[in-house]
Amino acid sequence: MSPPPATDQATDSYRLSVNGKDREVTDAWIGESLLYVLRERLGLPGAKNACEQGECGSCSVMLDGVLIASCCVMAADAVGSDVRTVEGLSPEGELTDVQRAFVEQGAVQCGFCIPGMIVAIHDLLDRRPEADELTLREAISGNLCRCTGYGRIFAAFHAVKEERARAST
Amino acid sequence: MPAPSLPSTFTRTRRAPGLGDSVLRPDAPAKTKGQFAFSSDLWMEGMVWGATLRSPHPYARIRSLDTAPALAISGVHAVITNDDLWGSRTYGLEHHDQPVFADQVVRFHGEPVAAVAADHPEIARRAAAAIGVDYEVLAPVVDPEVAMAGEPIHPAGNLFRHLKIRFGDPDAQGEVVVEGDYEVGMQDQAFLGPESGLAVPSEDGGVELYVATQWLHVDRDQIAACLNLPREKVRLSLAGTGGAFGGREDLSMQIHACLLALVTRKPVKMVYSREESFFGHVHRHPARLWYRHHATREGKLVNVECRMVFDGGAYTSSSTAVISNASAFAPGPYFTPNAKVDGFAVRTNNPPCGAMRGFGAVQTSFAAEAQMDRLAAELGIDPVELRLRNAIKTHDKLITGQVITGTAPVAECIIACRDLPMPEPLAADAPVMALPGGAGLTALHGDVRRGVGLAVGFKNLAFSEGFDDYSTARVRLELGPGGEPVATVHTATAEVGQGFVTIAQQIARAELGAHEVVVQAADTQVGSAGSTSASRQTMMSGGAVQMACSAVREVLLERAALDLHLAPADMVLEEGELVTKDGGASVSLVDALRAGPIEATREFHHAPTEPLDENGQGNAHWSLACAAHRAVVDVDPELGLVRVVQVATAQDIGRALNPLAVTGQIEGGIAQGVGLAVMEEIMVDQGRIRNPSFTDYLLPTALDMPPVVQTWIEQPERAAPYGAKGVGEPPTISSTGAVVAAIRQATGLPLTRIPVRPDDIALARRV
Repeated sequence: MSPPPATDQATDSYRLSVNGKDREVTDAWIGESLLYVLRERLGLPGAKNACEQGECGSCSVMLDGVLIASCCVMAADAVGSDVRTVEGLSPEGELTDVQRAFVEQGAVQCGFCIPGMIVAIHDLLDRRPEADELTLREAISGNLCRCTGYGRIFAAFHAVKEERARAST
Repeated sequence: MPAPSLPSTFTRTRRAPGLGDSVLRPDAPAKTKGQFAFSSDLWMEGMVWGATLRSPHPYARIRSLDTAPALAISGVHAVITNDDLWGSRTYGLEHHDQPVFADQVVRFHGEPVAAVAADHPEIARRAAAAIGVDYEVLAPVVDPEVAMAGEPIHPAGNLFRHLKIRFGDPDAQGEVVVEGDYEVGMQDQAFLGPESGLAVPSEDGGVELYVATQWLHVDRDQIAACLNLPREKVRLSLAGTGGAFGGREDLSMQIHACLLALVTRKPVKMVYSREESFFGHVHRHPARLWYRHHATREGKLVNVECRMVFDGGAYTSSSTAVISNASAFAPGPYFTPNAKVDGFAVRTNNPPCGAMRGFGAVQTSFAAEAQMDRLAAELGIDPVELRLRNAIKTHDKLITGQVITGTAPVAECIIACRDLPMPEPLAADAPVMALPGGAGLTALHGDVRRGVGLAVGFKNLAFSEGFDDYSTARVRLELGPGGEPVATVHTATAEVGQGFVTIAQQIARAELGAHEVVVQAADTQVGSAGSTSASRQTMMSGGAVQMACSAVREVLLERAALDLHLAPADMVLEEGELVTKDGGASVSLVDALRAGPIEATREFHHAPTEPLDENGQGNAHWSLACAAHRAVVDVDPELGLVRVVQVATAQDIGRALNPLAVTGQIEGGIAQGVGLAVMEEIMVDQGRIRNPSFTDYLLPTALDMPPVVQTWIEQPERAAPYGAKGVGEPPTISSTGAVVAAIRQATGLPLTRIPVRPDDIALARRV
């Protein structure tokens, strides 16, 4: 590892747009990931850190409408982008249909992977409302869960699809 | 609410309200919203960050250590090493043989050498890296057979335990004999929430620690000794815990964070990275096992001989208990009149190993079940039939001489599992994603071969061998702000994801008739709950909650009886009313509580067990649970790729208190068994972990995990509260063996090592 740059050279202040709000980041080390800044500077701990290399999906957020691993994006690179986190899914505090289905179908055990999983499933259903289970499995194969074996997560997915189908008829 | 998908065979029996219902987790909504505070989410004004310096060598002497370069970095508040300790310098679950910081010698790759506190986590990491350590590198002892015979690498020696079991005539010979060598790789618990917590110095000179753990009180006792503080000045609270699976039974960052907090007088947060997590907790023991099974020509077991060597790594952790379970359950869930088992747990310079779901029974189940299949082939008997002929049952003896007094529906599990529906054959037009190799798009339909295998597992529940295993619960019943009865349950039970939060509520509702039940956060302000491990909390903490509720109910009945000028024995509590047994008069819960709150604290101890004698004989276990697994796999033999198509299981659960939670425990446990069968292994090369990341340590993904078909054998366990058995571990024990048996059937290969790697299939066929 190269020696740390002197502090005054390594920090910057910038503004991020998170969940539709402008958020100031002041005197932050520019090496900080988007995940770190969300969690430690902006008080948004919903995205979790479980692998730090984009393998586990726990830190999933939307960046300009694209699902990303926020541990692999520099926060300073997200300036000018639209960041949406799990906290922004239901601004009024109500559960979304996916969140409600996770609760009701028993898809939550320890829950560490769940915010990332919820963000990923909302993204899938937004892009491909007709997605079947195999498509879901592929879509969340980058979201590791160690507790559930995914069975109740699949059940929650089907419950959401059924509910949405009922609502549209 | 849509009905949860549950096993079709589940039937509701007559029950108290709340028990047997699929109650939803009270913590789930916050978890889905990202608002549940895990141990890595904690924050406090003025807090600083801790980081650990770890040894890059598996075995080395420390010639000198220079902390000055770290202290010179701006933003660094403290650096501590072994030289700075003022309390006990070692800790451990069973033997205090693990140094807080390396003391002149490092014995495993990743052993902590120093800890740093700094303003920013990156400064803390860089400061740790700046510490100068001059190592004299030594040749690591990495083969447990060599370690057993060689120079001690620790003053306490290299043998953690040799458990010798001699049962019946250990030299008995059978007409048919099968023999085999087996090997199990090192599995990681891989809980998603990394080791983390926040230590806060308190005004009385003590410390408060918010941490993810499995057993608050055993953590506290070890921490207090190392801080040289009385226990009451070390207060632990359970922070949100992102899974555990055994990997949080040993301490990780707890002592380091507390030391830094006391030195800096600031709150200290520590969060391991994934890489550090692989070095920061114990793993499942890798094992080598030799078995010789003797049977009659009719397929009755005559003798089971086994010699097993478990690599415990550098420090004891729970190795002595793991080898005990492995040895006691060496034959699997089968009756044998004779047995000769030698189990060795050995110290090496490999990463320390300890508790992981299944705790010793996993390693022996894999080998013993392979032996049963070999025996079946040798005898020309169907493998399922052979298992049924030998299935152990109530009143049979274990090889430790203990007569089984509880339920042991092994045959019922085997039959029910065998009869579960099979998956459809592989369709000619199945999508490529559904073939072995999946997204790699490598397999061709015509090459794929299907196999089916069955395995059965078996294990003790709760702690054994004379340990006074207990849990404490405090229950308070009072009128809430709106005048309604509210029950508050306070335990130190670590909720790590398993779902005790609903069990505690369900029991309090059933026992007290109060609809509103608050489960207070777990901390050390109430007595020990024991560990969230060994599938024990539903039974042990569940039992404690039940007892405390009963004590509260006694007072309610006394109050009501006094009102009605009757004896408490004339009254019962039914659906929130205290009624006379003849139904003639009643007092409402609300009225009975007007005289003030009622509180009771009780301990549930399971029936005493005994240590094992010099022949490994004794009534060492309290309750047992079994499960049968049937796996269906598709294999591409040319590429060595496996896709697990389905796992079916029948599990002995006593009674389902929360069917939805049982379903999830079984599915999740099977995922870990599937992982061990075909992908999960910590690669250790000359003591060094080669794959400490989720890129290189593979976990089953949503694409890897097959559908699980499950059914339950519900025979209430009399000794256990409500008849419920713990359900966490059996899913993991024999699902691995079932998957490997299925791969053997598909390939014809012996496959004596797990995980089965593509090379084990693809290259074996070319020989």
